Amino acid sequence: MTIILTFLQQAVAQSISILFGATGEIITEKSGNLNLGIPGIMYMGGIAGLMGAFFYENGNEHPVAWIGVLISVICCILASALGGLIYSFLTVTLRANQNVVGLALTTFGTGFGNFFGGSISKIAGGVGQISVKTTSSAFRTTIPALSGLPVVGPLLFSYGFLTYTAIAVALISTYVLKKRRTGLHLIAVGESPATADAAGINVNRYKYTATVLGAVIAGFGGLYFVMDYLNGTWGNNGFGDRGWLAVALVILALWNPANAIWGSILFGALYILYIYIPGLGRASQELIKVMPYVVTIIVLIISSKRNKPEDQPPASLGLAYFREER
Amino acid sequence: MNQNVQTKRVIHLVKRGSISRGKAWCIRLIAILLSLVVCGIVINRITGENPVGVYGGILSGAVGTKRRIWVTVRETMTLLIIAVGLTPAFKMRFWNLGAEGQILIGGAATAAVMIYLGPLLMDWLLIPIIIVASLIAGMLWGLLPAIFKARLNTNESLFTLMMNYVAMQIVTFCVVLWESPKGSNSVGIINQTDRAGWFPNLLGSDYTLNVVLTVIVTILIFVYMRQSKQGYELSVVGASQDTARYAGINVRRVIVRTMMISSAICGLAGAIIVAGSSHTISTTTAGGRGFTAIIVAWLSQFNPIAMVMAAAFLVFMQQGSIQIASQYGLNNNASDIITGILLFFLIGCEFFVRYKLEVSTVQIGDSVGKSVEGSGKEAQA
Repeated sequence: MTIILTFLQQAVAQSISILFGATGEIITEKSGNLNLGIPGIMYMGGIAGLMGAFFYENGNEHPVAWIGVLISVICCILASALGGLIYSFLTVTLRANQNVVGLALTTFGTGFGNFFGGSISKIAGGVGQISVKTTSSAFRTTIPALSGLPVVGPLLFSYGFLTYTAIAVALISTYVLKKRRTGLHLIAVGESPATADAAGINVNRYKYTATVLGAVIAGFGGLYFVMDYLNGTWGNNGFGDRGWLAVALVILALWNPANAIWGSILFGALYILYIYIPGLGRASQELIKVMPYVVTIIVLIISSKRNKPEDQPPASLGLAYFREER
Repeated sequence: MNQNVQTKRVIHLVKRGSISRGKAWCIRLIAILLSLVVCGIVINRITGENPVGVYGGILSGAVGTKRRIWVTVRETMTLLIIAVGLTPAFKMRFWNLGAEGQILIGGAATAAVMIYLGPLLMDWLLIPIIIVASLIAGMLWGLLPAIFKARLNTNESLFTLMMNYVAMQIVTFCVVLWESPKGSNSVGIINQTDRAGWFPNLLGSDYTLNVVLTVIVTILIFVYMRQSKQGYELSVVGASQDTARYAGINVRRVIVRTMMISSAICGLAGAIIVAGSSHTISTTTAGGRGFTAIIVAWLSQFNPIAMVMAAAFLVFMQQGSIQIASQYGLNNNASDIITGILLFFLIGCEFFVRYKLEVSTVQIGDSVGKSVEGSGKEAQA
């Protein structure tokens, strides 16, 4: 029982960055932009949040937790929005190929994260170990009374506020995409920009907004990982391939953020499954870690085989739209 | 000018009908210079080094000593062969984002041959086996997404992307299997004492064979693409699958065949990295080169000369920035930031090669002017 509980708790802890990333990517893709820069943007958001908190705590004798959280969230938003803007400017305004820009952005963002993560203490004048205790413990504060409950407490109420934010953002995104005019317009832009344009929707504005918003949401995934999951530390490449898992989860979730919630927990569970399977050697553990990707490939194949229209990516995904070139 | 007629400046985007080669290169050169300035500023902000020191450092890091020149050449060749490998697939509009995985699998096959056959066979036999094994391994890795693309039209960019991480886990598995010493979680230098399976030192350099293989493959691929029937077929499939079908081309076969060639070459790149330079295998063997090469291949638009230049320029800057970073005790990831900035400029400038901005003055106030202004706004939007 305890093992199952710990397993589920760990799976949820793993899932949150992936969920943020996938929600951000879904919103972006709904506008017809396949942003392969999301893994890089998540690195940027994470390291920016950490650096903000670090410089605040480093410069203050008695750092206040909520100010630290605020600074770190703002830095994260700014950095990931910058990533989204670079992508939108190059693909929408300068009409460059989306895959190419996305991959360049991931190279840049990953380098950005690892470089500043590895050099932050050096840049600050060799202060040694990075410590943002006050801020990161604020990120990890659980709901006071409820988390003490048996079973339900650890299972549902033992997480920091970003966990609940992630789920709320995913649910709100699905609601907006399905029920609100803005969401429907966004879907129209992604399915057929020319039609949307003819209907009086400002295609470029939707593409920009969705991409930058998506980047910011994804950036929170990096922030969660650094400040909550890792207690405010940085390990180079520690974030690993979670960004690509987020891109993969978009397929599993069939472009619906609400589906991404259970999908991310499934990915999280698959990610840590190897710890809980008894009798595995170190080598075979590595083979178990391949599961999330294999599952994604299978989903990809099945959805292309079934060919149901509602399970398909947005029709104009990956294509740039130029009004003059219809 | 009439008082109630106002004028306003608007910017139009106009697609260029054609552009002279000189002008296009001029635009690219400006972009490169701008990107160098930005990189210089970034390095200056981080390290506090003056501009002369920054560019001097890059120059010395890339070509400062004979050894560094060879490393730069070696890395350029590696990036080039991957980009060349990706070219046929891209020409067919097949987004092979799986080079990273194909390199890793090719590298793993190479390492396996070196480890298991190294003690048994002579070098002249071992190296051809390595080359063949890596080609086959890479080819098989690319075959799966190609078959599903051909049969079910499964999205190849996401499929190949996922295959990268499957490959990465397989390599991690192999690393544990082959680790030496036990428990180090690293393979170490393979066959360090007898150098079995290492590319031999030819004409005074350890990397001559890397260069030779890359040049041969590059020439073969461009001859294949430009002169052969198969090369023509794949470009027709890339232009329009319907046209290809109408012309009696077996589209499925072309997709699978082209992707096999593409991924086999990426596998060979894995052999060049493992047997020709690092002599070890790890999950960072590909090191993002599979992704950078995609951008190199796309930027150079299937022009081999442009491809060599783009690869050389990126590697030059990477090696240079690694040198500066290590001078200041900063980490090597500085080179990824620099690469990213350069790529943004190189990608962005293609827009100005294809389009020109025209500033014109329109009148507001009379009916004609209004309609002109309307169209001006559209062009801006």
